[in-house]
This record gives sequence, C-alpha cells and structure tokens, in this order.
Amino acid sequence: MASYNTNEFKNGLKIMLDGDPCSITENILVKPGKGQAFNRVKVKNLKTGRTLERTFKATESVEAADVEDIDVEFLYTDGEYWHFMEPETYEQHAADGVAVGDASKWIKGQESCVMTLWNGAPLSITPPNFVELTVMQTDPGLKGDTAQGGSKPATLETGTEVKVPLFIDEGDVLKIDTRNGEYVSRA
Amino acid sequence: MPAMSESWRPAASREVMQLRARMLRDIRAFFDQRGVLEVETPLLSSASTTDPNINSFSTRYQHQRLYLNTSPEYCMKRLLAAHGDSIYQVCKSFRDGELGPNHNPEFTMLEWYRPGFDMFELMDELGDLVQMLAGNYSLKSDSVQKISYAEAYQHAAGINPHATSADECRSCAVKHSIEQPVGLEDNIDEWLDWLLTQLVMPTFQADGFTFIYDYPESQAALAKLYKNQHGFNVAARFELFYGDTELANGYNELLDADEQRRRFEHENRQRVKTGLQLSIIDEKFLEALEHGLPACSGVAVGLDRLLMLLTGVDKLERILAFPFPRI
Repeated sequence: MASYNTNEFKNGLKIMLDGDPCSITENILVKPGKGQAFNRVKVKNLKTGRTLERTFKATESVEAADVEDIDVEFLYTDGEYWHFMEPETYEQHAADGVAVGDASKWIKGQESCVMTLWNGAPLSITPPNFVELTVMQTDPGLKGDTAQGGSKPATLETGTEVKVPLFIDEGDVLKIDTRNGEYVSRA
Repeated sequence: MPAMSESWRPAASREVMQLRARMLRDIRAFFDQRGVLEVETPLLSSASTTDPNINSFSTRYQHQRLYLNTSPEYCMKRLLAAHGDSIYQVCKSFRDGELGPNHNPEFTMLEWYRPGFDMFELMDELGDLVQMLAGNYSLKSDSVQKISYAEAYQHAAGINPHATSADECRSCAVKHSIEQPVGLEDNIDEWLDWLLTQLVMPTFQADGFTFIYDYPESQAALAKLYKNQHGFNVAARFELFYGDTELANGYNELLDADEQRRRFEHENRQRVKTGLQLSIIDEKFLEALEHGLPACSGVAVGLDRLLMLLTGVDKLERILAFPFPRI
C-alpha cells in the first residue's frame, strides 16, 4: 500500500483519514527547538467536502489515497446517473447523484468538467468556473432599472434558481459563476 | 504567495532591513562593552548533529561528504577549550525539514559562551540583552519572568514532569481537550514536548519574556545534570520565550567527554529506531572536551524570531530578505 511520510506533506497531497480520501489544504510545523516535531494539517474530506484538522508526530507515515483528476465532458443524465466521457479515449464514466453533488445545478450537456476518481470510481465532479444558461422563467423585467441593483429570482434551463438583476428577461442567456452560484453578466 | 512574476522581490521591507542592521549593531555594542569577543567558525562541518529531532543538510567538497552547521556549538566549544575567552558569534544555521510560520530552514543565530557563569547568571545576561533591545525598539513590555519547567507544568497542567507517565499525560490531554497526535504513543519526552507546546507555553505572559529552566534529565542535550532542591535529577538547561514564541536555548555546559559520547551514541541509537540516518559524531569536539572545557554556560538565540518580535511583524517570512520560497 502506498504511503507518505509527514516530511512529504504539502498542499494538495491526497491521504486517507478515517477511511475517507482527503486533500491537504494546510500543513504547519509545530516544533520546540530541541524537541519532537509535529505536523498539524488541515484536510478537506473529498467525499463530504468538510474540512478537518489532525496532528501527526513527524516521521509518521500515512496511507496515500488513490485519487486522480481527469478531464471529462458531460453527456447526459438518465435521472439516476450522470454520464461523462473522456474526450481523448471516449471512455465513459457514470457518476451517481452524491458524486455529482452541486455540479448538477449547472451542467446541461457538453460542458468540460473535472472528474475526481477514487480507486478508479467517480468521487466528485467540478463544473467549469463559468457556465452559460438560458432563463426559462422570471417575472417581467423593469426597463431602465439597470443602475438600481435590485434583484429577482430567475429559473434557468437546468431548473436552478438564481438571483438576477431586474432587467433580465425570459430567453436571455446568462453567465453564471458556479463557485458561488452568482449571476455575472448577460452572455 | 507572491505572484510568480514578483517572486524575485525581497519579502522584507526596507524598514525591516534597517531595523535588522540596527539590532545587529546594538548586539555587537552590548558584547563589546562586556568584553565578549566576536568570533567566526566554519558553517561547513565534517560531522552532523546526532540530535534525533534535528537534521543536517549535507553537501560535499569534491568527494568529501560535509554538513552545514545546525548551530556553531561544537566549534565554539573547541575555541573555549583552547583559549578560554568569553566569545559570541552571529551566524547562519541550517536545519533540514524545518519550514513553517516560525521556521525557515536557514536562519540567523546568536550564540555566546561565558566561562565561570552558571545557568542563572547567563539567564540574567540574556535578560539584560533582550531588555536593552526591548527598550531601544519600544516593545510593549520588557517584563522578565523566571519559572522552573516543573512549576510551569504544575501550574498549567497539574502534573510533575519529572515523575509522570504516558498515561497521566494522555488523561491530562483528554481533560484539557487536547488532540492526541497520530503516532504519539508511550514516549514520555514526546508527550512532554507536545503538552509543552499545547498547554504550558500558552500560559506564559503574553506580553513579556518568560524563562523556563531545569529541564527533564532526558532532555538535557548538552547540559550538565544536577539534583534540584526538590530532589529531582534535572538538566541545567533553560529556554527563553516571548509570549509563546521560543527565542533561546541555553545550558550550563556538560564538561565530561565520556558522558557526552554516551549521549551522542544514545541519540544515534534513537535516530536509527525512528528510521533516520545515523549521524557522524564530532570527534574533534569530543577531543576538545577531553582536553578540558572551562566550566561555562552558553546560549543560542534565534535572531529572526527576535527581530519579528522587535518590529511587530507577525510573519517570520517578512523578516527575511528572501525566505525559503523565494530562494
């Protein structure tokens, strides 16, 4: 089984903690000058997205997580699974709702996403930072109110509701930032 | 992290560079007034440190393996054995693997030795130095407290560090909601180091200097052992902190060459046990001890951390012209 020594710890390293794959986000050395060193790390649990802290005695080794990121294109969903394809090899991967998570709010087909695999199986999907989606439903726009900064809800073609400025109409194509779910501009 | 295109720039401001130069002038004036001689010793060494918690960088001269000093201690003691003068040195020291908010693998150390001084006299002199600097830099407080390792432990954790067990340390950690690090099991010294950083150091006065002295016998390093007034065998070793930042480590120096060799060999065995490389024992240093070192005390001060404190800059890397990520 592959493992890492604490002296290999760095941001982005994938390790197993409590049976879940995690990614190191911070690694701090705690060490009295003449004494035992410890590594205090913050990790993101790649299954739950939660951040946790753990301290290791320096020189300990920790099981490596077999995690890799691959580039994929979203094809379609059958309601239960989301189907993706590696553009280079045409290899297809089916991810369940847990793995797709919030990405399902932003993808409709043909988007380039990053799929994180754990032991070869889909663990999570990261959508593009920006997507362009059409407004299916919103209350009528108020002309000339562009400067006021008011907002109203709009339902996008993926069924996701976002806050948009008052001047947006049904049929407009919007640029959305998937990292915070916010409207950016008209596309 | 600096943008890639800006990483050529120094991380320390011009003002910090000027304050560093002034701190070095003040330190040199302090020792000059007291008749302590400035010396230089090599940064390269044919021996490496045996300390199981410190790792030397290695390099080579043609085909000869050499190491960078983790401190100038051995060479300075060879000077003491030969000449017997009070000496000080400001030099770079190097420690592999030490990088963090308070660590840079290459750092500036002030080290000095005082023949005839016991541990408490040297603590007083170090106190004078930092109080002089605190005054020159209008530091918020220059109060100095002295407390024994055992008193500090008793006060913060309610345990006697000279007569405790791993089980007692473990329940103390649980009681104070302190995490048990992965891999920390039954080694008392590891427990004492862990609880010191997590429980004891945070109780030191936040604005002011704290000395702790009389370390556990098992953490003597290069210090003499003696029986303290409570009948425990302790090391004549002290450390200086400001708040909970460690600044200095000093000893009433061990003079016995045979005992020093036993400690080096013991440390080397510990290194092997933890999977570290066996170190090359410094035979010239041991020969100097056999020749005879005058009774003396010595201390090493981390000047980058001290400057961090004097300037009020909260990140070590902003004290260094070019911290490790920018070399």
